Amino acid sequence: MSIRVEHLTFIYNQGTALEQRALDDVSFEIPNGQFVGLIGHTGSGKSTLIQHLNGLIRPTSGTIFYDGTDIYSEGYSLRQLRSKVGLVFQYPEHQLFEVDVFSDVCYGPKNLGLSQEEIKSRAEDALRSVGMKEKYWDQSPFELSGGQKRRVAIAGVLAMNPEVLILDEPTAGLDPRGRDEILDEIKSLHEEKGMTIILVSHSMEDMARYASRLIVMNHGKKAFDGTPKEVFEHYKELEAMGLAAPQVTYIAHELRERGIPVDKDITTVEEARDAILRLLGK
Amino acid sequence: MIRDITIGQYYPVDSVLHRLDPRTKLFGTMMFIISLFLASNIWGYLAATVFLAAAIRASKVPFGFMVRGLKAILFLLLLSVSFNLFLTDGREIFRLGFLRITIEGLRMAGFMAVRLIYLVVGSSIMTLTTTPNQLTDGLEKSLGFLKKVGVPVHEISMMMSIALRFIPILVEETDKIMKAQMARGADFESGGLIQKAKSMVPLLVPLFISAFRRATDLAMAMEARCYHGGEGRTKMKPLRYAGRDYRTYLVYAFYMAVIIGTRFLPGI
Amino acid sequence: MGIIKASRLIFDYIRRDEEENIEEIDRAIDGLSVDVEKGTFVAILGHNGSGKSTLAKQINGILTPTEGTVWVCGMDTSDESKIWEIRKRTGMVFQNPDNQIIANVVEEDVGFGPENIGVPTEDIWTRVNESLEAVGMTAYRYKSPNKLSGGQKQRVAIAGVMAMRPECIVLDEPTAMLDPNGRREVIRTVRKLNRQEGITVLLITHYMEEAVQADRVIVMDDGKIVMDGTPREIFSRVDELKSYRLDVPQVTELAYELRKAGVNLPEGILSQEELLESLVPLLQAAV
Repeated sequence: MSIRVEHLTFIYNQGTALEQRALDDVSFEIPNGQFVGLIGHTGSGKSTLIQHLNGLIRPTSGTIFYDGTDIYSEGYSLRQLRSKVGLVFQYPEHQLFEVDVFSDVCYGPKNLGLSQEEIKSRAEDALRSVGMKEKYWDQSPFELSGGQKRRVAIAGVLAMNPEVLILDEPTAGLDPRGRDEILDEIKSLHEEKGMTIILVSHSMEDMARYASRLIVMNHGKKAFDGTPKEVFEHYKELEAMGLAAPQVTYIAHELRERGIPVDKDITTVEEARDAILRLLGK
Repeated sequence: MIRDITIGQYYPVDSVLHRLDPRTKLFGTMMFIISLFLASNIWGYLAATVFLAAAIRASKVPFGFMVRGLKAILFLLLLSVSFNLFLTDGREIFRLGFLRITIEGLRMAGFMAVRLIYLVVGSSIMTLTTTPNQLTDGLEKSLGFLKKVGVPVHEISMMMSIALRFIPILVEETDKIMKAQMARGADFESGGLIQKAKSMVPLLVPLFISAFRRATDLAMAMEARCYHGGEGRTKMKPLRYAGRDYRTYLVYAFYMAVIIGTRFLPGI
Repeated sequence: MGIIKASRLIFDYIRRDEEENIEEIDRAIDGLSVDVEKGTFVAILGHNGSGKSTLAKQINGILTPTEGTVWVCGMDTSDESKIWEIRKRTGMVFQNPDNQIIANVVEEDVGFGPENIGVPTEDIWTRVNESLEAVGMTAYRYKSPNKLSGGQKQRVAIAGVMAMRPECIVLDEPTAMLDPNGRREVIRTVRKLNRQEGITVLLITHYMEEAVQADRVIVMDDGKIVMDGTPREIFSRVDELKSYRLDVPQVTELAYELRKAGVNLPEGILSQEELLESLVPLLQAAV
C-alpha cells in the first residue's frame, strides 16, 4: 500500500505570463502505516502535492505509483484510487450537503456502488470512529457546532474505507479542545486501524507530538525529509522558509549555546522537562 | 476551467481607458453594442474591428487575457452559429441528409459569431478597466434620474458591485467543493442529463450555503462600518468629466457616423 | 468609567418556531460585568461557545443586551439614536478576511467606512493614506483584495476600520484562518496601533501566544468571566486554564512543569528570555 512519488513536477498556466512552478521534481516514498507530517508555508506546493496523491490533478511530468501501479497509466481507475486514498480538504465542513448527518456520510460509499447494508455499516463505523454519538445521526449537519461538522465531514471520507488518509489542516479555525479531539481521533485511526496518515499542519508542536516523519516543502521542492527530531534540528533553515521549530526546541538550543549539555533533539514539553530535571539531579 | 471566466474581473494597470470616467465607458459600451447591430455588411464590421482593436490596445490588458473570457460563452456561440448556419434559407451550397448550408446561412453565422464575440470582448473591456466600485458609481449617477420614480438605484448598483467582487471567490469555491466531492467518489461527467443534474446537488447545496453565509457575514461587516444605504454618503472618488472624456465622446460620434455610413456601401 | 463598560449583561439567542412561539433559549452571556480602560490591549480567551464572540458583537451594537447595559464611550448601546456614533468609535474586524472586504481595490475598500459616515472627499483621501500607512499596506493600495494573502487582507480590514478614526477596535478571531506568518503580521499591526495610536484593542483569540502580548487577559466560560488579570497572573494558573480547555504557550507550560517538580522558578513565565534568565543560573550551578 505504499505511495511512491517520482520526479513530480506541476506547472500552473504553462506557457502564459502567469506560469508558476507549483511542484518541482519532488520524489519520496511513503510506506504503509506511516504517520507523515507535511509542512511548508502557504504557497509552498503542499496543497498541490496532496491533490496529486489521489489523482485530482495530473502532473506536468513525473508520476505516482500507488501499490506499485502508475496511477496515471491508461485504464487505471482514479475513482478506485480515491476510495483508497481519502483526502480531507481544508474546512471540509463546507462540503456537507445532505438533510441529515447519516445520509451525508453515506454519500461516498454510495458513489462506490456498494450494497445498501455495506453503505450503512460503513457510515456507522465512520461516525463512531470520529466520536459522533448516535443521537446526532438524524440531525441536519448544519445545526451542529463547528467541531462536530468537521468530524462529520471527516467521517464522510472515512466511510470510503481508505487505506491512506490525507488531511489538509484539519484543525484550522478550531479551539484548543476541538483541535485536540480531532488530532486524537486521527491518532487512533493510525494506531488502531493501521491507516497511513498524511497530515498537513502549521503547528510544529502538533507535528512533533503526532508525526513520525516530516516532509518539508519550500518553493515547490522537497526541502527536508526525516523524523521530526532530524528536521527540527534545521530550525535556522526552517525559519528562512517562513517556518519554525517548536518553542522548546529553541529553548534547548539556547541552553546548549550557553554551555549546558541538554539534548539537542528536544521537540516536546515532556522531553524538555525530563532533560532539564535530569541535569538538575531531580 | 471555470477559473477562466474573465467577465466582471478588473485588470489593474494604468491606461487611458482605466482613467476614463466610468460613465464615458458605460456609454461607449452601449454605443458599441448598438453599432454591432447597425453594421449591415463587411465594412461595418471592419469599422467595429478597428474600433475594438484600438480600445484593446488602449486598455493595456493583454489580448490573451481577454480572449480567455470567451471560453465561457463557447457553448452559446456554437449554438447560435449552428442555428444560423443550418436554418437560414437561401442558395444551397452543401447538403448532408436534412442538414443544408446556404450562402446566406454562412454569412449570417459568420456575422452572428463576430457580433457575439465582439459583444463579450467589448463589455469585458469595460469591466476589465473599471473597478466595480467605479462602475457602480457610474451606473448610479447615469441612472440617478430613476430615483425620482422610486427605483432604488443606489441599492441596485451596490448589489451589482458586490456580486462582481464575489464572482471570483465563489468560482474558486466551486472548484474546491467539486474537488472535495470528487475525493468522495463523485462523478460530474458521465451519465445522462438527469443523472448529471442529480450529481450537481452535492455541489450546489454547499455553494448556496456558503453564499448565504458570506452574505450574512458581509452584511454584518458593512453595518459595522456604518453602512446605512445611500443617504448621506460621500464619495472617495466622485465622478468628474475630464478633457479626455469629452474627447472620447467625440471619438464615439465619429465612430457612429462611420458605422452608419458603411450601411450605404455595397458589400457582402 | 472606562471606554467600554458592561453591567450585569445578559444575552439570549432566542429561536422561534413558525408561529413565533419561543422554541429554545440559549443564554450566550450570563450576567457579565466588565470595565475596560481607554488605551488597554485586552485579550479575550475562551473555547467556542463560551460567549466571547457574542460579547464582541455587543460592543458595537450588532447585538443589544437582553438584560443589563453596555456603555461604549459613555453611550448606551440600546439607545438606537446613538448606534452610528457607537459604530464610528468602535471598529470591528471579523474572522473571515474575504467576507468583510467590500471593494475590488484595496484603497477603495479602506475608503468605504468614511464614505458611509459622510466624510468630505479630500478628508477621505487623507484618512485612507494614513490608515494604509499605519498597517503597512500602502504598497498594495491599487491591488485587488483577491490577490492578497490572508494576513494582508486582514490588515486591509484593519485599515478600513482605522479610517473611521475609532477609539477602540474589536477583533473577533482575526487570525483563526491565517497561517503563522499571517498571524504574526496581524498581531504586530494591532499591537502597533495600540502602542502608537493609543487605540483600545479587544482581541478575541484561541492563540495563547497572542494573548501573552496583551495588557489584560479575560477568560470566558459559559457566558461568564472566569479569569481576569495580567497575562502573567493568568498564565501562572496553568491547571485552571486547562480546566477551561485552553492551552498555554510551550514556554509557560515547561516552566510550570518544572516548578511543579520543585525547580525554583518564578511564577507565570511568558517568554523564552524570561525562562532562560531564571533557568540558566540554576543549570550552570548544577552541571
